[in-house]
Amino acid sequence: MTETVLEQKVVVVSRLCKGCAICVDFCPMKVLEMSNSTKSIPILKNAQKCTKCAVCEIMCPDFAIFVVK
Amino acid sequence: MQGNEACAEAAILAGCRYFAGYPITPATEIAETLAKRMPEVGGVFIQMEDEIASITSVIGASWAGAKAMTATSGPGFSLMQEGIGLAVMTETPCVIVDVQRLGPCQGFATLPMQGDVMQARWGSHGDSRSNIVLAPSSPQEMFNLTIEAFNLAERFRTPAIVLSDEIVAHMRERVIIPQLDALKIENRRKPVAPTEDFRFHELSGWDVTPMPALGSGYKLNIVGHLRTEEGRVNIPSQNVPQLALKLLTHLSNKITAGEWEAKKIKTLFAEDSRTMLISYGSTSRTVESAVKEARKAGMKVGCARLVTLWPFPEEQLQTILEDVDNVIVVEMNLGQIVDKVREVVGRSTRVMHVPKVGDLHTTEELLDCIKKVAT
Amino acid sequence: MSHPLMKYLREDWMPTVLCAGCGDGTVLQCMLRAVENKNIDIDQVAIIAGIGCHARLGTGYIAADSMWPLHGRALPIATGIKLVNPNLHVVVLTGDGDCGSIGLSHFVHAARRNIGVLTLCFNNGIYGMTGGQVAPTTPKGTITKTTPYGSLEYPLDLCSLAETAGASYVARWTTAHPKQLTRSIEKAFEKKGFAFIEAVTQCPTYFGRYTLETTRASDILRWFLRNSISIEQSKKLNPTELGGKIIIGEFVDTQKPELAEQYQAQSKLKK
Repeated sequence: MTETVLEQKVVVVSRLCKGCAICVDFCPMKVLEMSNSTKSIPILKNAQKCTKCAVCEIMCPDFAIFVVK
Repeated sequence: MQGNEACAEAAILAGCRYFAGYPITPATEIAETLAKRMPEVGGVFIQMEDEIASITSVIGASWAGAKAMTATSGPGFSLMQEGIGLAVMTETPCVIVDVQRLGPCQGFATLPMQGDVMQARWGSHGDSRSNIVLAPSSPQEMFNLTIEAFNLAERFRTPAIVLSDEIVAHMRERVIIPQLDALKIENRRKPVAPTEDFRFHELSGWDVTPMPALGSGYKLNIVGHLRTEEGRVNIPSQNVPQLALKLLTHLSNKITAGEWEAKKIKTLFAEDSRTMLISYGSTSRTVESAVKEARKAGMKVGCARLVTLWPFPEEQLQTILEDVDNVIVVEMNLGQIVDKVREVVGRSTRVMHVPKVGDLHTTEELLDCIKKVAT
Repeated sequence: MSHPLMKYLREDWMPTVLCAGCGDGTVLQCMLRAVENKNIDIDQVAIIAGIGCHARLGTGYIAADSMWPLHGRALPIATGIKLVNPNLHVVVLTGDGDCGSIGLSHFVHAARRNIGVLTLCFNNGIYGMTGGQVAPTTPKGTITKTTPYGSLEYPLDLCSLAETAGASYVARWTTAHPKQLTRSIEKAFEKKGFAFIEAVTQCPTYFGRYTLETTRASDILRWFLRNSISIEQSKKLNPTELGGKIIIGEFVDTQKPELAEQYQAQSKLKK
């Protein structure tokens, strides 16, 4: 599918992502950044610091990112 | 029994269990009667804040599974048009009683008119022509036609309008109420297919799709918008014309299917008449008197009374008026059905109408007309 | 692996037509999270949307009984549904224009009647679907497509109106407060009477551009956070200080007889 599992922390569903970057901006640990690819989607720049707090999951308007249970 | 009261009792016998309305002369008695009666039969009555809220709540109630009705007069009927269009587009069974009064606008609340005939068909924007419109001419017919309106609304999943007027609604006459088991009551078809197989939006030509109630697990997607047969509303523009034509054709065609009792035109002395009077609703009463008088005087006059106004009974009327020289259309307005009649008759038939508003044509007025044209 | 709430959605119909960064989707997520947390049977939920950006969420993305009828008329439709089947959870999705303009009368009466309908108002301060015209909640002075020289009208406080009209539960949160918003929706599902929740949501395409000169959703969200004050805090400020502030919290949380229930009780005596 179009899901990308990032380091067993979060899953990004690129098909649903609209690139709004709310998740990147609101992550309390600042572990996400938008990719440089043609379709810019969130990627983990610092997987270790991700605490799976799920702020990204809750804030995303498009159900495009969620934490791995 | 008063016409309005007969209407209310008929609604209950037809199975109506939701009424929402707003007080308006001369329809208010329907609301007042149902306010008392609904709790007695386990139904719901509510006086809503306006007519728009009334018709829209009726649509909600219908989708929750109840037979639902509202009643109003001209000014309220105008307000309801968007709501009626919603009922058409969502194929929601519902009954609207319009007790016509003199208009336009506030007009004169306590006097009759038949000014909403075209509106009853064309009132909602967007080529909406799916309303079934029935015209009662007596309290007995207020009763009979209200039952029939519910049956037709349920059968065709469409709004059915009982187009009454102040005279019929307020007069008191003997109403025969049949035994319950003698009444023919129709209910909407509910789907029998398991929920996954049920194709809610599929247009099966002339057929009417079964209608589940909210809360029965179908995950219904009820929209007032153009939709694909899958129920999607985001449609590429290039696909719209064909899809829209299919949907609109279905919506208007479905109500022309089959026969029903009220479709029959009631005639008097039609067999050998060269002059025919056409009417519907309350005007028919004096038309009949005038025709009987004329016959006594040896004139070959007859009359035809329409009961279903829309869909307009073209073929039937054409047959009735085939060998007729003169047609007098008697309506309490400036002439609304008259143009449809002209469409239907032959070139050589003379069609005239007698505009009058605010009161019935008197027998004398009609006889004068007849004498002018009848041979 | 699926989003935990995807079971309530038609994933193959998504992504939604809403703009990137539009907060309406966040509000939807809060609502579905509340349904999940409270173990509500989604097949006993009837969703009625109005017309506007918010309403697009009611056009089939949610795999539940939903209606997409007329502008401003979701509440009377919901009223008819609730009176006929009081066992359904009836939810209305409305917007600041849908509820505060064309639907205003129905809003006041629904609250007054205390009909058991959960009304979720997506307030983005603008008419988004039609391209950025002024709304009843747009701040005074804003330049919009229909107020090119600046709006001269005072914005409406929908929560205050709901409270005055008699709603059983009234709350306001923003999309920057998703946890509180979710909790309010959970509470509202358990309320018998009329529950009104105003969700202030970001419109990056129009409101953001007109008010904050930004199209970045996060900028608007941060603006929400900076300008949100609690009800207690608001009581300490004078009208001038209150200008531009978003008062968040629960304004009303009471229990009083709901209409459908009352009607059934009254009717039982008449049968």
